Amino acid sequence: MVSPASPVTHAVEIRDLHKSFGPLEVLKGIDFAVDPGQVVCVIGPSGSGKSTLLRCVNLLEQPTSGKVILEGVELTHRDVDIDAARRRVGMVFQQFNLFPHMTVLQNVMIAQQRVLKRGRREAERVARENLEKVDVAVKCDDYPGQLSGGQQQRVAIARALAMSPALMLFDEPTSALDPELVGDVLAVMRKLAEEGMTMLVVTHEMAFARDVADRVVFMDGGVIVEDGPAAQVIGAPQHERTRSFLRRVLDPTHTDV
Amino acid sequence: MTDKSTAAEPSAPAGAPPGGTGLSPRQKQRISRTLQYVVLVAVVVFLLLRIEWGSLAANFAKPEVAAETWPDVFTVALKNTIIYSVGGFVFAFLFGLLFALMRLSSVAPYRWISIAYIEIFRGLPALLIFLLILFLPLALPGFEVPGGTYGQGILGLTIVGSAYMAETLRAGLQAVPRGQMEAARSLGMSHTRAMVTIVIPQAVRIVIPPTTNQFVSLLKDSSLVLFLGVTGDYVELTKFGNDLASTYANATPILVVGVTYLLVTIPLGYLANRLEKRQGKGR
Repeated sequence: MVSPASPVTHAVEIRDLHKSFGPLEVLKGIDFAVDPGQVVCVIGPSGSGKSTLLRCVNLLEQPTSGKVILEGVELTHRDVDIDAARRRVGMVFQQFNLFPHMTVLQNVMIAQQRVLKRGRREAERVARENLEKVDVAVKCDDYPGQLSGGQQQRVAIARALAMSPALMLFDEPTSALDPELVGDVLAVMRKLAEEGMTMLVVTHEMAFARDVADRVVFMDGGVIVEDGPAAQVIGAPQHERTRSFLRRVLDPTHTDV
Repeated sequence: MTDKSTAAEPSAPAGAPPGGTGLSPRQKQRISRTLQYVVLVAVVVFLLLRIEWGSLAANFAKPEVAAETWPDVFTVALKNTIIYSVGGFVFAFLFGLLFALMRLSSVAPYRWISIAYIEIFRGLPALLIFLLILFLPLALPGFEVPGGTYGQGILGLTIVGSAYMAETLRAGLQAVPRGQMEAARSLGMSHTRAMVTIVIPQAVRIVIPPTTNQFVSLLKDSSLVLFLGVTGDYVELTKFGNDLASTYANATPILVVGVTYLLVTIPLGYLANRLEKRQGKGR
């Protein structure tokens, strides 16, 4: 085991993480780390615990045991100000979760103003900059309900980026989108990855994982089954469970005999 | 109505006599409708002949008495009705929000207090609460409801209204999707900050239509101020109408007051409907 006081080599490190909902153990001891600038994709069948793992990283779910260490700070420690720690972690949800009673611009400004205490001017400048980046700047004054799913998700990405996070979490960001809108969101994520953002992505988009991820983690039944370079895990998986999953995902008409 | 249900039955083909009556569905429908008109006309004719219209008008709509209500019915009575009900509404909303938040609190005793309050005061007749308020000075010596007569009326309406408002607001708070709180927390907002900035504004928007209806109901309940024994400048519509009706031994003031209520309640009802429809579209 690495000592907790080790220099900040990892953006985020997870040690022996367990999470149970009542009698159901969803995570059964997860160990892994993401280095700064790395893009890690988490794949696996539904119910494998990958979304729960992601939600444990910013403590939307309280882990039952184990440690989450963000930039050398142990978030799971009792004395840590969790609100302060979360500012360093951006999160993008499957259902976008934009604030429907605020305009696009306000959505991206509100946390900057209320949490980071940035002034109106600066918050607006940062918001417009990030909306520009995700290519929805023209929709600044619209309400989320007036936007397509793809546009809403890109606003959600801008909202998270405006907080200047050290790590971005994506929880199946394209699963709720119409197929023709998936490409725009993935393009934005790819751009982010190229700019060196540290990203942890739960996804079913195998092409994205193969092309963009530095590492792919395959989870099944609450444990990490395989963790390695994208080309290896997707291209030449070592474990039978990984192979079987990939066969089903890449060729949905295929059935295992 | 009966003819509608017949019309909705296309089963029997035209001309085929079902049940051996020899009548087609269309003929039956015509007979049924004719019968309904006959009954209506009979009732109207009976009422026209039986009621003494002169005496009715003299008691319920006497122009001279109606003129006596002017202008106090608006400048005093309606004004006070609005003071009582708007005051009651504002406090009922604030306390209702407090009780709704307590109801959803993670601190168990807060939940118990809130549940007890809501169950007790939703289950009691509003009149009973007003009668109890009358006895407050006796029960708590030295205690005086702030704001005098207005204060007492507003207190009564607040107690009644906040119990209903708490339930409405709780439903509104729970109707805001969980993801909203999660998104706010993931941006680093504290629980309180997320509630105030993200959840409560959305909940309030959701409950605007039912809340408008609750205001109408409080406006009607403000008539119970009658039982507080108010006088002079503090009378609201019902007390005002009742007093004048006694003075002139004539019901016309009550009718005038009734129309005045409707001038406020019917537009508000329409407003609530429109808000509800607009919200249905927006979501």
